Amino acid sequence: MMLPFFWMLSAAVKKREDIFVLPPVWIPQEILWQNFVEVWTTVPMAQAYVNSLKIAGLVTLATLATSSLAAYAFAKIEFPGKRISFATLMGTIMIPSQATLIPVYILMRHIGWIDTHWPLIVPPALTNAFGVFLLRQFFMGVPDELIDAARIEGANPFQIYLRVAIPIVRPALVTLAIFTFLGNWNSFLTPLIYINSEELWTVPLLISNFQDAYGVETEWSLLMAASSLALIPVLLVYIFSQRYFIEGVALTGLKG
Amino acid sequence: MKKRVGILNKYSVVQRGEIKWAYLFIAPQMIGLAIFTLGPILYAGYLSFTKWNLIKPPQWVGLQNYLDQLQDPAFGNLLRNTIFITAGYIPLVMIVSLGMALALNQKLRFTVVYRTAYFMPVVTSLVAIALVWRWVLQPDFGLVNYLLSLIGIEGPTWLSSTKWAIPGLIFMRVWWGAGFYMVIFLAGLQGIPQEFQDAAEVDGASAWQRFRHVTLPLLSPTTFFVFIMASIWTLQIFDQVYIMTGGGPGEATEVFLLRIYRLAFRYFRMGDAAALSMILFLIIGCFTYFQSRYARRWVHYDLS
Repeated sequence: MMLPFFWMLSAAVKKREDIFVLPPVWIPQEILWQNFVEVWTTVPMAQAYVNSLKIAGLVTLATLATSSLAAYAFAKIEFPGKRISFATLMGTIMIPSQATLIPVYILMRHIGWIDTHWPLIVPPALTNAFGVFLLRQFFMGVPDELIDAARIEGANPFQIYLRVAIPIVRPALVTLAIFTFLGNWNSFLTPLIYINSEELWTVPLLISNFQDAYGVETEWSLLMAASSLALIPVLLVYIFSQRYFIEGVALTGLKG
Repeated sequence: MKKRVGILNKYSVVQRGEIKWAYLFIAPQMIGLAIFTLGPILYAGYLSFTKWNLIKPPQWVGLQNYLDQLQDPAFGNLLRNTIFITAGYIPLVMIVSLGMALALNQKLRFTVVYRTAYFMPVVTSLVAIALVWRWVLQPDFGLVNYLLSLIGIEGPTWLSSTKWAIPGLIFMRVWWGAGFYMVIFLAGLQGIPQEFQDAAEVDGASAWQRFRHVTLPLLSPTTFFVFIMASIWTLQIFDQVYIMTGGGPGEATEVFLLRIYRLAFRYFRMGDAAALSMILFLIIGCFTYFQSRYARRWVHYDLS
């Protein structure tokens, strides 16, 4: 399972000639850190990191807020139209986002959001039926006695949600946060459609454009250096917090 | 006004005060649902009955786009590719991930290390890792063909061969996705009470018999879940194919989303692209419906 990662790292620090040597040398005599520098200076990798962090971070924060608010209302408040609105929301869980790709693109074109980060932030932040479903399950486990006690003390529903319910469902929020962040960090099709300007590129878009710009079959070292730069931070975060990732999947069956 | 009071009669005074809060709480997600999901689905349905190049206004053509798509040899080709990928990928990834889960469930030493390593590909960006796999599958100097040469096999040309490109994509996908399904299988395995295994062992069942007649039937809800998710996600392959083959060589690895992307954003044939995405949407819908309907026949949901 790990071999392709080592293979990538090994190729990333090789000289151009050493790439095409059989049998392959896993650790080259001369380690060429220069490849990383070359990639870092030829493409706006730092900018792409900032962009991806900004997009994935904002989507994650907004998703946590909007999904948990809706989930709390569906779990703990009685109101007219509750059943029908929840059923409609759940009915959309299985709709693949690709089915709405073209109409949403046309909508964004009307608003003038092409070649901006907004189409990568606003729709995912406001459409997470799965997040609502997941968090609702957890909010339903919050004891009604706790909520009633807070009511008697004069707390309004928002205060109850924030001070009583949210702390109890924190593990579910962490799971949702990890996978929302990861999904948006790795997202490729939407940036590909919406973003042109180099200064707006996300990391996956940069890798794809880097591949197009450099000839595959010749510049493997540089391509592998670029892939390494894209992957290493994510892998480090994963290795140090793998428990949350894996328990999250087991908990929810959610795809990153 | 009278009617509204009638509706509210079943709510207590406290509950009535909370209704406006509830609407406020669900508003962002419900507005998002209307603007970014329900509205667009209806609009996609409408667009699929029109010809539109984004410049002139859409022109109503009825079912023409659907007929065009279904008669286009490119559609037959992408359907064949999709079936080929699904038929190869699903059984393979299920066997590999179940195998890994069974191994890890033995509670050997270093379980956490293996689990971390097996799951690692799942968190990587498909775009970046697909680029790595182009190099891994490179015919002359790539890792896979080098390893094959060690056991005396001359490897194929993988992604540049019309015959081996899809198997190459499948292998990469299994490597990438198996860790995810492994974790789900592992959760399923840990839900099987140890007494069942013990009872079968007392009755003299071999390890294989215990697996075949105890573990596998009791694991069927998990297996079924994995099957559904893997099928639906396989129909939506895009990133990996875009980077590794771009649909080629020729059109040997053309898949649904790649063609939808090209029709819409390269050729600006919005109506055709919308029709094709509705077809994909319907296939995914049928799949889910068919599976959920026939699930009960062979899935053991009852543990009591």
